[in-house]
Parts: sequence; C-alpha cells; structure tokens
Amino acid sequence: MSKGLQLSKLIMGDAQADRVVPPTGFTARLTLFAAGAMAFLTVFALALSLASGRLAARWGEELAQSSTLRISAPDEQMAAQTAAALTVLESTPGIASARALSVEEQRNLLAPWFGPDLPLDSLPIPQLIEIVETEEGYDGAGLRLRLQAEVPGAVLDDHNRWRRPLERAAGRLRLLGWVSIGLIGAATAAMITLAANAALAANAQVISVLRLIGAQDSYIARAFVRRFTLRALSGAAIGTALGALAVFLLPSAQDSGGFLTGLGFQGIGWALLALIPPLAGVVAYLATGAAARRTLGELT
Amino acid sequence: MIELDNIAYSYGGGELLSEVSFKLAPGSFHFLTGPSGSGKTTFLKLCYGALTPTAGRVQLFGKDVREMDRDDHAMTRRQIGVVHQDCQFLDHLPVRENVALPLTVSGKDSLEQHSNLKELLTWVGLGHRASALPPELSGGERQRAALARAVIMSPDVVLADEPTGNVDWEMSQRLLQLLVELNKMGKTILIATHDMNLIRAAKHHVQARVLRISGRKLQLAGADL
Ligand SMILES: Nc1ncnc2c1ncn2[C@@H]1O[C@H](COP(=O)(O)OP(=O)(O)OP(=O)(O)O)[C@@H](O)[C@H]1O
Ligand SMILES: [Mg+2]
Repeated sequence: MSKGLQLSKLIMGDAQADRVVPPTGFTARLTLFAAGAMAFLTVFALALSLASGRLAARWGEELAQSSTLRISAPDEQMAAQTAAALTVLESTPGIASARALSVEEQRNLLAPWFGPDLPLDSLPIPQLIEIVETEEGYDGAGLRLRLQAEVPGAVLDDHNRWRRPLERAAGRLRLLGWVSIGLIGAATAAMITLAANAALAANAQVISVLRLIGAQDSYIARAFVRRFTLRALSGAAIGTALGALAVFLLPSAQDSGGFLTGLGFQGIGWALLALIPPLAGVVAYLATGAAARRTLGELT
Repeated sequence: MIELDNIAYSYGGGELLSEVSFKLAPGSFHFLTGPSGSGKTTFLKLCYGALTPTAGRVQLFGKDVREMDRDDHAMTRRQIGVVHQDCQFLDHLPVRENVALPLTVSGKDSLEQHSNLKELLTWVGLGHRASALPPELSGGERQRAALARAVIMSPDVVLADEPTGNVDWEMSQRLLQLLVELNKMGKTILIATHDMNLIRAAKHHVQARVLRISGRKLQLAGADL
C-alpha cells in the first residue's frame, strides 16, 4: 500500500473501522485538552520568537548605519578641530556623509533632559558630528587612529558598545522561543503517548476479539492512531485560534515600538500559525503509532 | 488444510496432549469429545494457530505455525471460522456489526456482502435481533451470533467449541442443522462437545466421525456411539 493512500485512508477514514474501537471518553478529553493547551502556548512562544527576531533585525539595521563623533575642546579650538574632523571623515572610505550639528539642533537634543532654557553658550558642551555610513561601513579602528593624530579632542561613538549586547539578547530570546516550541512539542508527544497507552490498555479485550476474527495489527493500530490524530488536530486548532485571538487583542504596536507592544503577528507569522494544528497532528500520529506498535507487539 | 504431526502440548505443567497426529480432510464432519478439562479447547486452539505445540508440527494450509508471523495468523483466521466457547463480541457494537466484523477488518465490507449479512442473520434466526447489543442477548442467541460471525467470510473450515453449550435441546438441534447445512455446502466442520445426544442426533443427518481425547491421546471413537 502506498504512503499516500494510507494517509488519505487515515484522514478520510472509514466509518466502520472507526467504530471498532469503543469511544474512550477520558483519553479523548485528555488528548483534546493537551493538544489545545500546548497549541495555545506555542502561539505565544512563536510570537515571542518572531518579535525578538524583528527587534534584533531593527536594532541591527538602524544603529549600524549611523554613528556620532563627539569633539571636546577649549572654545577657541572648537571650530578648527571640527573642521579638521570633517575633513578626515570626508576622506574616509565607507562614510556617506558627515555633518556638524548646529547649536539649535544640539539644544533640541538636550532639551528633554535639561529644559528649553538651557544657556548652551555658557556651558562647555561638546560639538557633535553625525556620521551616516554607506552599506559597507567604515573601519572604526583605522578611523580612531587617524582622529587621534589629527583631532585630539574627538571621541568616536559607533554604537557598537551598546548595540552588540542588545542584538545578542534579542537573538538569545529568539532562540529561547524556538527551544520552548521544541519542548512543547516533546511534552505534547509524551502526553499523547500516555493517553494512547491508557486507551490501548483499556481496550485489550477489544484488541483480542479483533485478532480472533482476523484483524491485522496495522488495522487495529490505524483505528487508534486515526482517533488520536484527529483529536490532536482539532484540539490544536482550537488552542491556536484562542492563542491567536489573545495575541491579536494585545495593545497594538506604536511607532515607538516597544518590545511588549510589538508581539503581534505580521505577514508570514500568520502562515506559521496555520502550521501549528497540522504539526500537532503529525506529532500525535507518530506518538500514537509508536505506542500502538509497542503495545500490540507486547500483547499476545 | 489442518495437519497436526505428532504434537504435544503443555501449559507449563504436565503434558495435556501428547503424540497427537491428525489430518483434517476437506469436506469432512468431525466431532471432538472428551471429559471436561481433557483439552478439547486446547486442541482447537492448536488447530487454528492460537497455540503453538510444545513438540511436533502443526501446518495450516501448508504453512508451519512456527514460521507464521502476525499477519499470516490474521490471514488464516479469515480462512478458518471459529465459534469460541465463550463467544467474545465487541459489546459496544450491535449484533449486525459484530457478525459483519470479519468483513470489516478484511476490507470486504461491500454492499453486496451486507445483503448476505441480512440473509445470514435470518438463517441463524437473529433477523429481529440485529440491532441489539451483545450483552442484551440470551446465551443461545450469542452462540448463534458467534456461528454467523464464524461463517460470514465463507471460510473453508469451521471450528466450533461447544456451540450448543448454553442452549436447550431444540435450539441445539437448530444449531446442529446449520452446521450440517454448511457441511453440505462443502465446508469442513469440527465440533468440540461433550453432548453425546447431539452426536447421536447428528448421525441421522451427516456422515460424522467422532474423535475422543482420552489419557492425553486422540482416539477415533468407534461403534460405542
Ligand atoms: N491458559 C491456560 N493456562 C494454564 N492452563 C490452562 C490454560 N487453559 C486451559 N488450561 C488447562 O488445560 C486443561 C484443558 O483445558 P481445555 O480448556 O482445553 O479443556 P476442555 O476439554 O475444553 O474443557 P471443557 O470441556 O470444560 O471446555 C484444563 O485443565 C485447564 O485448566
Ligand atoms: Mg473447552
């Protein structure tokens, strides 16, 4: 018998074969519940994974392309050093543009911290130069060396210092999400195996009658496997739908895009959600199949 | 079809059967008798491969039972109809579906077969009980349902273990009649029973041979009946 035919037989089933195993209320409810709860959890683990993935990508992109040069110098040297720094930057490969911020812009940057009435002129405020990189980026270490020689008061802040750990944390979070999904899958398999074993044990008498009248083990196993697969499938569908609804009802992401408000699914994320019930079905199919083969092998 | 070659059997204690040889001829009608506990059920189980002899060789349709795997066993069960002494059914399915079960599990569950099923149920006098569940049946009704289930696949051989164990004389005559009719259709019949009256009654309708288990051996019982 071909695999395809077997699979279609499993899904479409034959009503008669299904009735051969008596209804098992307890294990049925257990499987339905376990699959539903696990699917619900998977939705959140998936949301977490996808969101932290997006976050890592965004931080990476936004911060990689820009850096800041800060010049601290006595008032009389400030203009000269700024000019020298701009000259160095303009001749550095990998830098698209460099621009000294105006006094007005610097005041705006500081306003949130010190208020609008800040007497900037009387304070030793460093001059900031905004650097926009090209795609390839520049060689930070080389630039620092040149600046050290030509603009002693310059400090290059290429954001690497705080960008790296953030990216790493987001990546770790995403990994944890996937590990959780794997663990949820394994726990689902374990629970369904237990339920299937209970059902098989409770039906030892039925199995012996079926064998007496010439049923092959594959037929008996199919009757059980089909039941558990369909139950896991429907339980997971319900759990996924509820989980998706819960995620959908979370406060939506704003532009400022905090992590907690960015948990929703986007684009391909919704497609991944649709994979949860069939995957639960596959897990149940494999787990019940193994349990049935083992039990039928032991029963004489 | 069924061939026992100098076999012995023990359940672990002393030998229950020893030096038993027997060849079931196609189309024959046999009774198997012996005191309770002498090993009639054991002998039948050896005949359809549910037990493997502790010594000697059993061949079913040319195959040694020791070399048969589970699927082979399933296939021989379809060729040998068995009426078990304790008539096991699936209690959650109605009589109709229980009787049709051998068809169901072998994938021969066609519409045509289902019209045969109706006829068969009428034939064993269970037409009106087709929708009942097995626990709702009387002892005699259970035995007739078991007989119907044993023959629905139209097997070459029917082995019946005390098919008249739970029924009155009239009903046992009716069941016997069914088995005799099957034999006239060409089926090979082997009935284990300790009901001598049944055997005597059968002799009027069919050419039956009588086997007896006595002192662990199988004997062909003779004129004393
Ligand atoms: N599974 C078993 N394990 C151990 N002993 C068994 C087993 N089945 C049967 N026996 C023993 O083997 C002997 C023969 O049993 P069997 O059922 O073959 O007898 P029988 O001739 O069919 O008896 P009855 O006429 O009462 O049906 C009995 O003593 C019984 O106790
Ligand atoms: Mg017996």
